[in-house]
Amino acid sequence: MALKGADILKKLPKTNCKECGFPTCFAFAMKIATGGAKVEDCPHISPESKAELEAELSPPIKLVTIGAGANALVVGEEEVMFRHEKTFFHEPGIAILISDKEAEEEIDRKLKKISGFDFERIGQKLKVNLLALSYDSGEKAKYEALVRKAVETTEMAFVLICCDTDVLFSAAALCAARKPLVYPIGKENLSAAIPRLKELKVPAGVYGKGLDEVIEVASALRNAGIEEMVLDSGPKNMLEGVRDNTLIRRSALKKGFRPLGYPTITFPCFMYKDKLKESLAAAAFMTKYAGIIVLSQPDEHFLLPLLVYRFNIYSDPRRPMTVEEKVYEVSNPDENSPILITTNYALDFFIVSGAIEEAGLPAYLCIKNTEGLGVLASWTSGKFNGEAIAAFFAKYSVEKKVKHRKLIIPGVAKKLKDELEEDLPGWEIVLGPNEASDIPKFLSEEWKQ
Amino acid sequence: MSFEPPLEKYSVKIREVAWGHGEKTVRTGGENALPFHYFEGSLPNLAVLALEIVDIEPENWAPELIEQYQDVVSSPAKWAKKCVDFCGANAVCLRLLSTDPLGRNASPQEAAATAKTVADSIDAPLIVWGTGDEEKDTQVLTEVARVCAGENLLLGPVLKQNYEQIAKAAKDHGHGIVAQASMDANLTKELNIALCKFFPGDKIVVDPTSSALGYGLEFTFSIIERIKQFGLADRDNMMLMPILADVGVESWRAKEAKLNRDQGILWEAVTGLSFLLAGANILILRHPDSLRVIKEMITEC
Repeated sequence: MALKGADILKKLPKTNCKECGFPTCFAFAMKIATGGAKVEDCPHISPESKAELEAELSPPIKLVTIGAGANALVVGEEEVMFRHEKTFFHEPGIAILISDKEAEEEIDRKLKKISGFDFERIGQKLKVNLLALSYDSGEKAKYEALVRKAVETTEMAFVLICCDTDVLFSAAALCAARKPLVYPIGKENLSAAIPRLKELKVPAGVYGKGLDEVIEVASALRNAGIEEMVLDSGPKNMLEGVRDNTLIRRSALKKGFRPLGYPTITFPCFMYKDKLKESLAAAAFMTKYAGIIVLSQPDEHFLLPLLVYRFNIYSDPRRPMTVEEKVYEVSNPDENSPILITTNYALDFFIVSGAIEEAGLPAYLCIKNTEGLGVLASWTSGKFNGEAIAAFFAKYSVEKKVKHRKLIIPGVAKKLKDELEEDLPGWEIVLGPNEASDIPKFLSEEWKQ
Repeated sequence: MSFEPPLEKYSVKIREVAWGHGEKTVRTGGENALPFHYFEGSLPNLAVLALEIVDIEPENWAPELIEQYQDVVSSPAKWAKKCVDFCGANAVCLRLLSTDPLGRNASPQEAAATAKTVADSIDAPLIVWGTGDEEKDTQVLTEVARVCAGENLLLGPVLKQNYEQIAKAAKDHGHGIVAQASMDANLTKELNIALCKFFPGDKIVVDPTSSALGYGLEFTFSIIERIKQFGLADRDNMMLMPILADVGVESWRAKEAKLNRDQGILWEAVTGLSFLLAGANILILRHPDSLRVIKEMITEC
């Protein structure tokens, strides 16, 4: 709900002094409304009006940082309800729970495993962002020992989960430089928590039973000058979590309602004992606006699907994933090796090159720049037709790489075959399989030089 | 100041498609709210979760999947029955791979006979799916429509290239259709417009073409969300058909799905749940545990 020029003008001096660089205050106001100028450019606006305006113009969902340095998690500042309206900006953080009640060896094992995770996909690192350290032993010393150990043996950022306010903040003091999220801050411990939050400058994990209570707590924190917080409305299952996250996001974006203008934190780890269900709930929250998702254990088979899913949903729909245009050499091909061609859409590349590798046969894989469009779409738009491919062949001197004159094209591009027979005279155009997964079979049974 | 949750109400609803017959009838669609938004609207019909069976020995299926069905894979009727009676499927999808012209190239008559046998042996509605070969599917699905008259199947995939004959046969013999367009909301709409000139709009389900987790999921996800928006928010009559997502075949193709049991189930279940959250009304799945876990979670109160 963006502020209009006319509303901004109300708070400006209206002297048209031009010192901001604009001819009139109205012109300046319009520019501010579209993000082309800053309020601070006006040398004569009153401090109160400036503060009010800047608050009203600030993003509807606060940007919150947990942790510090390279491993900091930044969430918030989202702009849309649906990724297709623009994009989702900040991937939700994944936190993995370790309880101070667990045996030392188990704690050590988990710390090592979680900080050692190294997932990658299409050249991107998929990160497990946070350690959620939980106070269950009832012994302050044990909890503090867990936090100390996590500080000493990992570089990760933390969510401190502890229902004893004193213990929570003494633990936070042990790692304050790493800006841990302290949870829960609720109705019961507000007055004790506020001075500690201000002193340590750490973000608050707000807990309220339902949205009304969340609003009450968040409002109190806002009034006390606490700026960074995340919200938990205590949903008991996946569907309630979807509902609450949706209403919170809508309130912030569509109503400009500031007390709910913060990222949310969700706890599938406490909702489900069944690991499959926990993972599905996590996926649901990733889809529906969560800022942090806390999981119960570091099993890579349950984690990988979630990490890939987060990567998919938070990819920018305005930009297709592409790889570089060139003639790729798979497994050291020589002048007798087969040549295949496809588009530079990243998925096509990875599926096809993966299939060729699986076949164990050296081959050349020609990747033509189609600006990320797949085979049929790029054929339709002229980026992957006879002419375009002939130009590619000339540019990369493909003829010089092999003795034979056979080109394998994707099976779905049947119509391309005739065109290529015209545009690449002297070349035999071989229709490959429709499915990349049949490439190994095709190459081993049908490829004859 | 008491907080008023910002609820959104739509004045139209997704068309309700009834398929199956007699006691096996199931209703799909009919909602006037976004997926799972029970708090602001009416969603009378739970998503239909179908399990897929094929009419040949399954090739390249993950070992985890074969293990589930090895006692029944040689008989489509037995396999279908296991899916419904034992695995909790609301419906079955019979994929007629035997008719693939590049494979066994079975005749339309053989295929139709199998479809009839399967339909007769289950207490649940049936989706019958071709191979995607436009010409062969035309012959096969029109024959299936004729032989299974009265079963009120869902026949697919119905494409821009072959919709006239298949939709006519579906109409003549009382079936619904799944209209498939390739990953583009405009193509979906165009096909619906062409169909609705002669085919009842409340017997059409749309399939925007599924992609698996890690292999294009986000494209399908956003197209489904957009179709829902065009329908409910923009009140576009040609985008109010319920949506089907063919999840099993895509997700189990991924190499990640074949590496480990839990990872495989999640690869499929996350893909399926994602599309339900976007707005899909019917899922075609392969693993009974994916089906079970999705079903349990979407029916929680």
